[in-house]
Amino acid sequence: MAEGTLGKTYRDGEIIARQGEVGDCMFAIQEGRVDIVVEEDGVETVLRTADVGEFIGEMAIFDREVRSATLRAAGEARLLTIDKKNFLKRINKDPSLAFRLVQSMSSRVRDLSAEITRLKRLEASFEDGPNGQHVDHT
Amino acid sequence: MISAEIADRDDLQLGDGSSVAIVGGGPAGSMTAIFLLEMASLQGIDLEVEIFEPRDFSCVAPKGCNMCGGIISETLVQNLASEGINLPSNVVQRGIESYMLHMDVGSVRIETPLHEKRIGSVYRGAGPRDLKNTRWDSFDLHLETLASTLGAQVTRSRVKSINFDSGVPTIEVKDETPRAFDLAVVAVGVNSAAAKLVDGLDLPYRQPETTKTFIREYYLGEDVIERTLGDSMHVFLLNLPRLEFAAIIPKGDYASVCLLGEAIDNELVDAFLASPQVRGCMPAGWTAEPRSCQCSPKISVRGAVQPFADRLVFVGDCGVTRLYKDGIGAAYRTAKACATTAIFEGISEGDFRSHYWPVCRSIERDNAVGKVTFAVTRQIQKRAFARRALLNITAKEQNGNGRAKDMSQVLWDMFTGSAPYSEIFLRTLHPRFLARFSWELAGSMSKLTKTETAQEA
Repeated sequence: MAEGTLGKTYRDGEIIARQGEVGDCMFAIQEGRVDIVVEEDGVETVLRTADVGEFIGEMAIFDREVRSATLRAAGEARLLTIDKKNFLKRINKDPSLAFRLVQSMSSRVRDLSAEITRLKRLEASFEDGPNGQHVDHT
Repeated sequence: MISAEIADRDDLQLGDGSSVAIVGGGPAGSMTAIFLLEMASLQGIDLEVEIFEPRDFSCVAPKGCNMCGGIISETLVQNLASEGINLPSNVVQRGIESYMLHMDVGSVRIETPLHEKRIGSVYRGAGPRDLKNTRWDSFDLHLETLASTLGAQVTRSRVKSINFDSGVPTIEVKDETPRAFDLAVVAVGVNSAAAKLVDGLDLPYRQPETTKTFIREYYLGEDVIERTLGDSMHVFLLNLPRLEFAAIIPKGDYASVCLLGEAIDNELVDAFLASPQVRGCMPAGWTAEPRSCQCSPKISVRGAVQPFADRLVFVGDCGVTRLYKDGIGAAYRTAKACATTAIFEGISEGDFRSHYWPVCRSIERDNAVGKVTFAVTRQIQKRAFARRALLNITAKEQNGNGRAKDMSQVLWDMFTGSAPYSEIFLRTLHPRFLARFSWELAGSMSKLTKTETAQEA
């Protein structure tokens, strides 16, 4: 990627932010893609891959918890860091600055609802057995 | 739509089918269009927005240029990203990650804490007169295209007059009958004859007070820029009479020389360009001629008087802007405040007074503090021992691990326009800042050379 660009360029596989760390910023993807990865009991799961124009790591802006996932460049990616402190200060002066972020979070809640529905259906189909008959596990 | 139909609505609110005329398609005009259309869409309002801009920003200067230093501040880059307005690499001529402060007593680099390029240098038009490489696009064109993508109509015509008919603004362009709009947004800056469009109207509006600046472009080529100026903006605090502030900004293939001061003339420009500090950061053998392009645009030093009326509002430079720095950031703030007021509150004089004017006033109040801050900087600029103290303290902060970077932060925010002047001023009142600076000042005074002592006297 050209030098005359904004933000920071990450190499393929480079960690942008790590699960468990305290976050004080979010990121806006300017170029490339980023994997959102959750690690549990040594097993890595890629939750989704975020694309250009998306905000990632935004939960750090509104809560004081550690990061719930690792952000990892999927190919070369260029990201712009948005500082938590300054961003909140600016939202305080201009609440409409948060519109875009709320829209993005709302779209993510919608996706999660769809995913939960899909998983519930899958779970129900397992419980009903291969021929649709309910399986008693007791 | 005719004026009587609009006047009959009599509610001074924007609704379905309302029309907005934006006179001027620079950043303030285009951003107003973007925010109006986005917020109207959120509210479920079908709005018609028309931008009147005679200039074609894809042309090289002066046909396509809006004449400015072309720096997008750290805060503005983040604000725009938060609004979903990203600046692609073909618009950003260069990402800036540090500032080099040059004085006669030495130079020091001030690094951004994150080591990330969050300041962008751009051209408002396609570039200087002798543009050789068309790899980069105009910043103003990028925003205008975005507004157009969201549904704004761009009319490439010069507005001949703005009038009021039955209390409704009408816009007249050449060879056309005047058309009425629910709201007229004036975003014509301070360098266009269009600023006089409302002079004949009986309005309390008075244009901003202005002063002249100086901008000159030099073609160096991308490789030479990379080797010499790099990704740093070069700022000069030199003891040259009438010179307030000077900077050299690296762009794609060019370097923009920007001077602020009183009655800038060729003599002052030549003295600045001949200084060893400028020679030191330009390539070996560089000469002040030939140049690629130059202009002396006006900048606002005091905001407009009452930049609003019923169905009429002034945004960007022709309303209120920040003193010396971050004019595009002020255009963003006023455009945003204008759009939120028009969509969520209304378009009466009272609505603009209650919801738009406070944003303008806060910029103006901050500018008053800015004037004090620049007056202090001027005093430092005039005294060799103060310049040396400033250099020493900044160099120690930049080299010292873990040491609080108070002075660096103050200088960074002053030069980048990233923080309000009031915030910067408050930081200089911190006891640690005062103690360190006083200590360095005392140390520098005790080391004054005989020549310097004579000069100070």
